[in-house]
Amino acid sequence: MTFEALVLQVLAGLATGSIYASLALALVMIYQATHLVNFAQGELAMFATYLAWSLINAGISYWPAFLITVGLAFVLGVLIERLVIRPVERAPVLAVVVVFIGLLVILNSVAGWIFTYTIKSFPSPFPEWMGVRYMAPHQVGAFGVTLIMLALLYLFFRFTPLGLAMRAAAQNPESSRLVGIRVGWMLALGWGLAAAVGAVAGMMVAPIVYLDPNMMGGILLYAFAAALLGGIDSPFGAVVGGLVVGVLENVLGAFVIGNELKLVVALALIVGVLLVRPSGFFGTVHVSRV
Amino acid sequence: MLLEVKGLHAAYGATRVLHGMDFAMDEGSITTLLGANGAGKTTTLRALCGMVRTSGEVRFAGKRIEGRATEDIVRLGVAHVPDGRGTFANLSTEENLRLGGYCRKDKRELESDMERMFGYFPVLRDRRRQQAGTLSGGEQQMLAVSRALMLRPKLLLLDEPSFGLAPLVVQELFRILRAVNEQERVSMLLVEQNASMALELADHAYLIETGRVVLSGRADEIKRDDAVRRSYLGY
Repeated sequence: MTFEALVLQVLAGLATGSIYASLALALVMIYQATHLVNFAQGELAMFATYLAWSLINAGISYWPAFLITVGLAFVLGVLIERLVIRPVERAPVLAVVVVFIGLLVILNSVAGWIFTYTIKSFPSPFPEWMGVRYMAPHQVGAFGVTLIMLALLYLFFRFTPLGLAMRAAAQNPESSRLVGIRVGWMLALGWGLAAAVGAVAGMMVAPIVYLDPNMMGGILLYAFAAALLGGIDSPFGAVVGGLVVGVLENVLGAFVIGNELKLVVALALIVGVLLVRPSGFFGTVHVSRV
Repeated sequence: MLLEVKGLHAAYGATRVLHGMDFAMDEGSITTLLGANGAGKTTTLRALCGMVRTSGEVRFAGKRIEGRATEDIVRLGVAHVPDGRGTFANLSTEENLRLGGYCRKDKRELESDMERMFGYFPVLRDRRRQQAGTLSGGEQQMLAVSRALMLRPKLLLLDEPSFGLAPLVVQELFRILRAVNEQERVSMLLVEQNASMALELADHAYLIETGRVVLSGRADEIKRDDAVRRSYLGY
């Protein structure tokens, strides 16, 4: 193993890791509001990626199609919360988990039914000149797009009244209502944003894994590992976790265990974190006086 | 009449707590609800802003508000300092205050109002960037009152604002509440364990027993009532 080869794998890991980070962030956003892991998050992203594919095939150029897809995914997320999740708001946890799994299966099958299970290629919008010495253009581009998206999300949640209201609604619904926040709509917006973030992840990963209805299965597993590693209730942790998982996966896959066992890294991380440190590395320690 | 309540019933599941409450309050007044633990004081406040299932009639500024969603009632100008303070524990003190003014239209005056709150409770200025869950109980109580005032409400519902505060701070708080009432014409409906302080501040009082009003009158008259004095004032 040369140093150069290691750098190559680390950078490649950061590029795919940023995609895991996005999906992990989407998971964390839903978790913070509902205290449940949305198993359908990956399929939502896959479905959105097919929408982008359809738009591009219909002759719309990449970036307009990208933005329209993000918008459509947002609307889809909001609609799913309003029509499917809302009615089971007060249902027991297991019922909601079944709803999530149902969503997963439905989205997967509908995508297969409409778009068939044939593997399709998905374009990368990044031109040749974006490549640098150790990174392909798509790796640089995917990393850059993810960073911009994360920065925008941070600014939104940190500095806008709506972002503040969404955080408030997720952590204290009753007090939020008492200051006039429409909590139900904040949850729906959260679903919309998470779906939009997932859509970006899907469009960035599709040129690498190719487009098919099962494309997000492995990615979602890495995202779970990332979210758990960072702490399932910490957006910052999800991003760091995603990058760490991406790098580990690539470096271990290339030099230690071989590419066939890459997915095992994710599973081992999930089990390991749950055993050793269930709250993850950045999971918030809640401080409150009574 | 700012607030008129007729035949208000409320229940938590099968447990009925209010059995036909009747009371009213004038605009600009401070009214207090007195009663033993479990009499239904907190439930009355929760019922007024749609936090428990109710039947009966509630009019606020002439409009029927019973059965409306909490957030819609708040938007009419009803602020609530809830039992247990309702702190957004993971947000900063400043963010808690900003949330208090969340549905106000005049966003420009939020800053000056926040300054006014820091004027009332200087300790909150020192805690401005601190996670609100780490504030002491008394500080969180001040924050809860400030957060409610940030709405610039017409009616302020206060559920035991003195809870957890040192006696000197309670006096200060009540002085501030009186000032807010006089200068900004904010009407207040006050629930208090500390009956003598509540009667000192209020102009009107209702005595509640097991979910019904059993006595009402001007605060200074209620204070002289023998039964009230023995049961609630302790002398």
